[in-house]
Amino acid sequence: MFITNTEFIPGKQIVTMFGLVSGSTVRSKHVGKDIFAGLKNIVGGELKAYTELLSESREEATARMIAEAKDLGANAVVNVRYSTSSVAAGAAELYVYGTAVFVE
Amino acid sequence: MEFIILAVLFFSGLIFGTLNERKHYRSIHKREAELIQKPIITFGKNYNPEYQDYHGELVSANVVISIDYFKKFVANISNLIGGRLVSYETLLDRARREAILRLKESCPEADLIINTRLETSSITQAGKNSVSCVEVLAFGTALYRVN
Repeated sequence: MFITNTEFIPGKQIVTMFGLVSGSTVRSKHVGKDIFAGLKNIVGGELKAYTELLSESREEATARMIAEAKDLGANAVVNVRYSTSSVAAGAAELYVYGTAVFVE
Repeated sequence: MEFIILAVLFFSGLIFGTLNERKHYRSIHKREAELIQKPIITFGKNYNPEYQDYHGELVSANVVISIDYFKKFVANISNLIGGRLVSYETLLDRARREAILRLKESCPEADLIINTRLETSSITQAGKNSVSCVEVLAFGTALYRVN
């Protein structure tokens, strides 16, 4: 599976286009982590727990997008974009979308 | 009593927050100097025959950085009179530079990273006891030369 955020795959030719594929996940934080983050808010610095949580969630969303692309018979996803939105207090939606294509 | 708690928060924010920021900036400067050789560019979205000999792969890196109590306090005060909020500027600057460095570090074998995009999102909720932090995501296509 080739995934890029460019409009082409280097060294390949796009043969068929399958249209938009996307994957999303809504995650909320663990209460314990939230309390720790609140403490960290006093002294500043990186919130490692949040960084990991968000990158894991993004991986999950990407995996869902790839599964959707595979169902369509694609072997690559081009022009992938990420987007984040906060839907409720303490929860964030991570959305990833791109165009499924078949390359040779 | 409340005043004492506030003073403790204020000074611990001032001391530890400043120390944290200095440490972070030192690490950023050091790593930026080490990784200066790895080119990272924002164009390359459209087809270019130069990239024919490469293999491309999506890479991404993120970082969440929180503000400290002292800076939040200062920002709240300067909010009243307007102008530059220096404390937030350094926060965002640190987050962006850290995200770019992590992106470069995530693919040590790559020759070039094209079409790099930076996205900032605030994951702060409205409320008195909320956590003020900012997330920066950097992503792009790493190119590896194919023999």
